[in-house]
Amino acid sequence: MDIDVKMTVNGKAVSGKVEARTLLVQFIREHLRLTGTHVGCDTTQCGCCVVHVDGVAMKSCTMLAVQADGKAITTIEGLAAADGTLHPMQQAFRDHHGLQCGFCTPGMVMMGVDIANRLPGADEKTVRHQLEGNICRCTGYQGIVEAIMDASAVMNAARS
Amino acid sequence: MHNFNYHRAADVADAAAKLTATEDPKLLAGGMTLLPTLKNRLAAPSDLIDLAAISDLKGISVESGEVVVRAMTPHAVVAASAEVQKALPALAQLAGNIGDPAVRHRGTIGGSVANSDPAADYPAACVGLDATIVTSQRKIAADDFFVGLFETALEPSEIITEVRFQIPDRAYYMKFRHPASGYAVVGVMVAQFGAKVRVAVTGAGPCVFRVAEMEAALEKSFAPASVANIHVSAEQLMGDIHCSAAYRAHLITVYARRAVEAMVG
Amino acid sequence: MGEFAIGQPVTRFEDPRLLKGGGRYVDDLAFPGMLYGHVLRSPHAHANITRLDISKAKAAPGVRAVLIGEDWAKSGYGDLPRAEGKKKRDGSPMYRPHFPALAKVKVRYVGDPVAFVVADTIEQAQDAAELIEVDYDILPSVTSVALGSQPGAPLVWDDCENNICFVHLEGDKQATDAAFAKADHIVKKRFVISRVTAATMETRGSIGHYDQAADRYTIYTTLQRALNFREELAETLNIPESRLRVVAGDIGGSFGMKSGVFNEVGLVLLASKVTGHPVKWVSTRSESFLADAHGRDNVSDAELALDKNGMFLGLRVHNLVNMGSYTQPGTDSGAYSNLGTLAGVYLTPAIHVDVTAVYTNTNPMRPFRGNGRPEAAFVIERIVDMAADELGIDPAELRRRNLIPPEKMPFQTGLSFNIDCGEFEKILDLTLEMADYKGFEARRAEARKRGKLRGIGMSFTIEKAASPGYEGAEVRFDRTGSVTVLAGSVTQGQGHETIFKQIVSDTLGIHPDEIHYLQGDTDQVFFGEGTGGSRTASLGGSAVTVATGKVVDKAKKIAAHMMGVDEVDFAEGVFTARQTNRTLSMKDVARAAMSPKNLPQGMELGLNATAAYHTTKQNYPNGCHIVELEIDEDTGQVEMDRYVVVDDVGNVLNPLLLKGQIIGGISQGVGQMLMEQIRFDPTSGQNLTGSFMDYAMPHAEIFPHIDIKSNPVPTKTNLLGVKGAGEAGCVGALPAVGNALVDALSHLGVTHVEMPATPERLWRIMDEAKRA
Repeated sequence: MDIDVKMTVNGKAVSGKVEARTLLVQFIREHLRLTGTHVGCDTTQCGCCVVHVDGVAMKSCTMLAVQADGKAITTIEGLAAADGTLHPMQQAFRDHHGLQCGFCTPGMVMMGVDIANRLPGADEKTVRHQLEGNICRCTGYQGIVEAIMDASAVMNAARS
Repeated sequence: MHNFNYHRAADVADAAAKLTATEDPKLLAGGMTLLPTLKNRLAAPSDLIDLAAISDLKGISVESGEVVVRAMTPHAVVAASAEVQKALPALAQLAGNIGDPAVRHRGTIGGSVANSDPAADYPAACVGLDATIVTSQRKIAADDFFVGLFETALEPSEIITEVRFQIPDRAYYMKFRHPASGYAVVGVMVAQFGAKVRVAVTGAGPCVFRVAEMEAALEKSFAPASVANIHVSAEQLMGDIHCSAAYRAHLITVYARRAVEAMVG
Repeated sequence: MGEFAIGQPVTRFEDPRLLKGGGRYVDDLAFPGMLYGHVLRSPHAHANITRLDISKAKAAPGVRAVLIGEDWAKSGYGDLPRAEGKKKRDGSPMYRPHFPALAKVKVRYVGDPVAFVVADTIEQAQDAAELIEVDYDILPSVTSVALGSQPGAPLVWDDCENNICFVHLEGDKQATDAAFAKADHIVKKRFVISRVTAATMETRGSIGHYDQAADRYTIYTTLQRALNFREELAETLNIPESRLRVVAGDIGGSFGMKSGVFNEVGLVLLASKVTGHPVKWVSTRSESFLADAHGRDNVSDAELALDKNGMFLGLRVHNLVNMGSYTQPGTDSGAYSNLGTLAGVYLTPAIHVDVTAVYTNTNPMRPFRGNGRPEAAFVIERIVDMAADELGIDPAELRRRNLIPPEKMPFQTGLSFNIDCGEFEKILDLTLEMADYKGFEARRAEARKRGKLRGIGMSFTIEKAASPGYEGAEVRFDRTGSVTVLAGSVTQGQGHETIFKQIVSDTLGIHPDEIHYLQGDTDQVFFGEGTGGSRTASLGGSAVTVATGKVVDKAKKIAAHMMGVDEVDFAEGVFTARQTNRTLSMKDVARAAMSPKNLPQGMELGLNATAAYHTTKQNYPNGCHIVELEIDEDTGQVEMDRYVVVDDVGNVLNPLLLKGQIIGGISQGVGQMLMEQIRFDPTSGQNLTGSFMDYAMPHAEIFPHIDIKSNPVPTKTNLLGVKGAGEAGCVGALPAVGNALVDALSHLGVTHVEMPATPERLWRIMDEAKRA
């Protein structure tokens, strides 16, 4: 028995028919074909699937598509400016070599933006602690942590 | 995961009605434990009843010596609440260290408490802070609520609506995270209410429990040394490949002592 | 070209795409009519299949096919690729079991594929798999390598005596025995190197498509060596390579693990042939622990002989290496191909190593970052520290006395390495200074006041990179003068696109924006081995350099012809006619090369070049790591406080990416030393670490800021003077952290800490020491 869902994804109204068991990440990847959001585990631990739901970071692998009905979702594809200019967090990840294979990256970037939004000016220790739900196997995290701190400062300056 | 029927409950009564009207239902709160369980095909409920649309199940208030957290309030909201931080900082701190930021944005107090997961943090707050679990049918003292491994005093059609925490004179929560899962291996809540002290331990046993001997010792003299040599027997504790029961027993003493140290400053 | 030149910290060209969600990993692909496969796996470590009933599954909704061992046997396909070449102790050939994609009679590890269910959706395939009925007659199993080779151990393969796969001997036994006979001091220790898994963030996956009309196969998959993969897979399918296309998109990490032709590759292709549709299989995370090949897992009995001055006289090592239940080309190489690292950076004249490779009821193995190097580095660098402790010599001083000096190079060690260059003492001094080694005791005393046991540990390791072999590259100008560079190597995150574009840009004077990079598609890439063993910068980089050199040579002739002169100079992308002011850009020449009128008579049209670079000499990256950490004496929790490295990976092509490789490698070494481990129940053979809930992955929080300096000593073994950088960090980290842990506990009489040094393990060590 399929269920109708409607939500806003990256500013666009979208709708679809899903099974009750369809996860939000499946809806995003398979129905909308936005494949930037990744699945890296099945126990809600790796953070590859992090998106923003109504402005805060959530793991789209641990949420049903029907639970996102009526919500505003932002995925990694919705972060850069319309002209392609990278978001400060994306730019900082590039500048600090915060990615290698790129698989954890979308979730890391979305979590990075969330950290910067919640904790502007967070220090290194705080940023490392805040990444407790995101796993990277390639970088040893150093470039990621530097990127989040750097972008956080840029985002903070833009706000004030 | 197996498929199921999905229902969005309009209010608590509606949810309760749906609980009795369906074959093998489960309530869906934040889903942080339930959905991974279903994804790994470890459970196959016929129906999920989503509580997210019930707006009066959300919110926090501080009233006459109690912090009241409505059941569908996410951990992040509790952690960030200025009211909670002021009235009961130990609770804000506990909520702010559950899972990870994304989990805290979705996971709810009601879901955590109703599940009686042995490695969840909130049960330590409930028992340590002498909370009352308010349901659609009655009020249950936290001491009577957690019955065993994933087992509570809840009746099949009963729904948690709020948790009322007593505000202590002072309290502190410390936990040791599991190296793999990040869940509490040992979490100790120490709370002082006048002459009374509560020491609640989560993570280590089949469900949260109090350590009477530590409570008595701290009631006599509220100092780190009072608990430094009190050891919980490992026999009733759980163990896994990362943390044996004996190690957990040891950590209970260490973390109780450190919590008291933090409280006496 | 200035900012993009070789040696500059160029930010990666692949990043904008990956950062915008534009990565194309295998799970991101979807084809019309695509079906989904689910593997039913053995729940037992060792069992006979006594009944297998798939009738209910076949009838389940959406199911298109259910394949079992019999279907594979009847398919006309052969074994998955099998290892070969090694021998047993008596000289007879190694034991090479058959390797079908589905077990038919017997299962040999938890996770061994038993059936493959193909359906319209993955959920339908999973639902149907639950309807398959299998009866097993459970047999005794063995998972431990130490127990596997003992007489009476359960046999993984009935006709493989004592489970011995092969034996490998290296070094000079007689000389080593003589060295031990005259030694003043002998240090002995058994080291257990734990079993870990690559846990790439992207799990393995494949989409198989058999085009019946064309009678041709295409496999989209996760791999490291596209052309080698095609060769091996074509043999399995019993077809010529020309009837098989292998395509790799973005690869989400591999570290050696994805280099094999796994069972599921065969299964999606057979399923596609049976159903007439493309078939996708992507591993779930929990499944990956049962389905992936694991890494490391060996036991080393090591002895170091010293004279009274602390000079190393001889080293003797016996290794038992776990092979898992099946072997493929490459799965066995960790047992023998990197033993050279055991000799270290030391003068030790006599060394002998005796390796026994053992089958067990566990997942097959594959290289994992270092593939024998970190294991060997751990053994030599731990035993050197033990010797220092026993002789009362500072570990840095003991190393210094035994280092190979530059004037003795090239230096043939007691094992296979013939080290061409290196400045070991200089690197040691640089690292000691960076680490403020002299100030450590004050920091230890301060930590003690806080209830923390502080330790310092060092390692000085060397490995081989870019083993003798070949690599291909092609540079193709198109009609507008932009370029495509095609590489035989395959990046899994290392940043090949950036490095190769730097080389092309630097050598041809073309802006990187006008260079397209292409890899991993065997229908497009003409030649190459692929990536592995820290070889791409050395071999792939040299291949690109040769190709661009050929382009420049041809373009010079064209430019001279066009400008009517005999010779031209070429610099920064511009050809200049001598004695005139005329110039032409590389782009001008490339465009002109498409027209016969611009070419000298007889010259072929176009500006393209291919190169097949090969080398007979490997290179020897080396480096010194120093780590300081603190152990909480109440809980055993470890906090790393500082970590410094001075490395020599030869010329540095891009310092930003080099740092990324070193730090990434360190994080995997730290992970193994402190927390990661694949564990099996010794009785049932069950994998006890079957998800991220039980397999502990390192998080950001456990790492300190890691400081890295380079001391490049260029090698002449390749055109760029580079040494491999991919594995160095991991190689050095394992022993450095291990040594620091022991140092922190040495006042308690502790001389060794097994990996992983979990908080509980350290607490028990401290608790026992206190009780004693």
